[in-house]
Amino acid sequence: MTASTMNVDPSAIAMSNADAVGTGRVKIHSKDVKVFYGAKQALKGIYLDIFEHSVTALIGPSGCGKSTYLRCLNRMNDTIDICRVEGLIELDGEDIYGRTIDTVQLRARVGMVFQKPNPFPKSIYDNIAYGPRIHGIGARRDEMDVIVEKSLQRAGLWDEVRDRLKEPGTGLSGGQQQRLCIARAIAVSPEVILMDEPCSALDPIATAHIEELIDELRENYTIVIVTHNMQQAARVSQRTAFFHLGDMVEVNDTEEIFTNPKDERTQGYITGRYG
Amino acid sequence: MTDIAQDLPGTVAKRRTPSRYQSDEFKARLKARYNAERRFQVYGALAIATAAAMLVILLFSICSKGYLAFWQTEIKLEITFDPAVLDPSGERDPNGLRRANYQGLINSALYEAFPEVSGRRDRRNLRALISSGGRFQLADMVVANPDLIGTTQEVWFLASDDIDQFAKGTLPCGVTHEERMAGIPCTVPEDSRPINDRNIGWYDQLYANGQVDFAFNSVLFTKGNSREPELAGMWGAIVGSFYTLVITLALAVPIGVAAAVYLEEFAPKNAWTDLIEININNLAAVPSIVFGLLGLAVFLNFFGLPRSAPLVGGIVLALMTLPTVIIATRAALKAVPPSIREAALGVGASPYQVILHHVLPLAAPGILTGTIIGMAQALGETAPLLMVGMVAFIVDIPQGITDAATVMPVQIYMWSDLPERAFVERTSAAIMVLLGFLILMNGLAVYLRKKFERRW
Repeated sequence: MTASTMNVDPSAIAMSNADAVGTGRVKIHSKDVKVFYGAKQALKGIYLDIFEHSVTALIGPSGCGKSTYLRCLNRMNDTIDICRVEGLIELDGEDIYGRTIDTVQLRARVGMVFQKPNPFPKSIYDNIAYGPRIHGIGARRDEMDVIVEKSLQRAGLWDEVRDRLKEPGTGLSGGQQQRLCIARAIAVSPEVILMDEPCSALDPIATAHIEELIDELRENYTIVIVTHNMQQAARVSQRTAFFHLGDMVEVNDTEEIFTNPKDERTQGYITGRYG
Repeated sequence: MTDIAQDLPGTVAKRRTPSRYQSDEFKARLKARYNAERRFQVYGALAIATAAAMLVILLFSICSKGYLAFWQTEIKLEITFDPAVLDPSGERDPNGLRRANYQGLINSALYEAFPEVSGRRDRRNLRALISSGGRFQLADMVVANPDLIGTTQEVWFLASDDIDQFAKGTLPCGVTHEERMAGIPCTVPEDSRPINDRNIGWYDQLYANGQVDFAFNSVLFTKGNSREPELAGMWGAIVGSFYTLVITLALAVPIGVAAAVYLEEFAPKNAWTDLIEININNLAAVPSIVFGLLGLAVFLNFFGLPRSAPLVGGIVLALMTLPTVIIATRAALKAVPPSIREAALGVGASPYQVILHHVLPLAAPGILTGTIIGMAQALGETAPLLMVGMVAFIVDIPQGITDAATVMPVQIYMWSDLPERAFVERTSAAIMVLLGFLILMNGLAVYLRKKFERRW
């Protein structure tokens, strides 16, 4: 990793925009991504680059396809029978819908945090240890202990749960559960973390916690976050993409999108004329 | 509306014209609605009361008949273990001891107790006081302890079924024991009861001497079937049911769960799987005798498996239980929230790992409940087993899954057909035992469901 990608320079982010390739390395490249649910087309050809070690926010009104797009990035849409994906999505230049990539391998590299906190009904420890265990990481107990502790520390949950790792993860509060889910995603050491409205079920304090966390995680991971909350997008992301009715209308540096949107629809949405 | 506008600020606005929701017509309508609701509740309560009353009547009629079968009348006799009869050679050879004339010992004891009885007919009647199983009881005693030979012992024998029934009052003669003791004769004519006045006299005499007692009917729970009611037990049927259910469980659960997991998690949704699904649902409604015919045609006639064996009965019942297990398992799998699957997929679990590590453990209580209820169904099933020969009269306790056996409900069916009065109460008692097992199993299902119920 070069210094420029390790610490994302805000000025470098500001220079990147929809037309020009940013100064950060492109982690995920999507070209003409179309998604169909049966006969219904949910995405109408998305072109979007996601840069390494930055937070990219996907915003837009309900049903605009931003979650659908997010779920294409780790092929979570494969679990829906009637869903069909066309176009090209490359992770580090490799087609994730190609023959060489396996979904299990892909999802180990591209982790996901869901809208509703969904810890396994197991202990806190096992929630974190599950991912590494199935991938054969941390076979020794002490190695696993380190992974669990580090993941919980990074998710900012360690101090709250260090004395009750054996208790069920479902017994935590909503915000803690969501941080547990983030820790679970981190434990596998993915390269990209996808977050599908991670704060929509949380109160403002828990939300602030998660947002801080996202900002810290940016150093080590590439993050794509779907959010309904435009303040949140403005707070946590470096780049923002605006989706509308299955189209990606505009992508740009976050500050630019919120202060100087190029498209009328973007402007309408962020100023609250519709949404 | 202008009225309201004229109200002073801060005062409660009063509507001068009542709204349609305050009209008398509306009030009447409201009253009718509430009446309808009340009527509906009454119908529901009546339905429940009817069902409960039926259940109470059923249970009462079974228990009131059946409880007597848990007690047996026993008669005490003084038996002289005469060496000349038992072991003339003095070798103490167990085979010889077993073959000795024990009935003779009992007969002599009876003749001794009632020396006034003479004549072939009366003596035959006298001998009939004691169950024909008495001689085996003595043989067992002597073989186990040959030192008894030469001694005189008081031995409790089972009374024959007629005496037992008479003692319990189910073959009444019209007066109570005390009245008979006071010299009042029976009011029921002698030729319309199975035991005559002489028998009653002997019984009363034995009773007065303290030679009659009521003991717990351990035969019912330890012995196999018999033509003699007092010697008939259901242990053979219980063991037969156990072996049959083991086979059913061993087949129905793995096959059912595997089929359900495949259909629910892996199978593509197409016309074939739709067809299979419809067939499974329909199988659950197929009359059980059809499964028996299938078992007869396929397992007995084609594969040549042994007749009357728990193996075949278990296979047939497994076929019958499969749809229940599959449907319950699929419902339990469906009930696992998709968020758990997504979470597991999200950290890179393969579909197989998602199912094995997360979905199946979470569905286990539901699968377990469905399985136990299926097993309870199988335990109570009679018709298909009749077709594969498990209705035979079998005295021996089955020793394995290929031995001839019968099961509890079939035993009940067979006993209910027998003419002896004593089998009436034994039939009811067997039903009580079967119900006990069913309640136990359903209770277990409820307990497990409560214990493993998870909240997300």
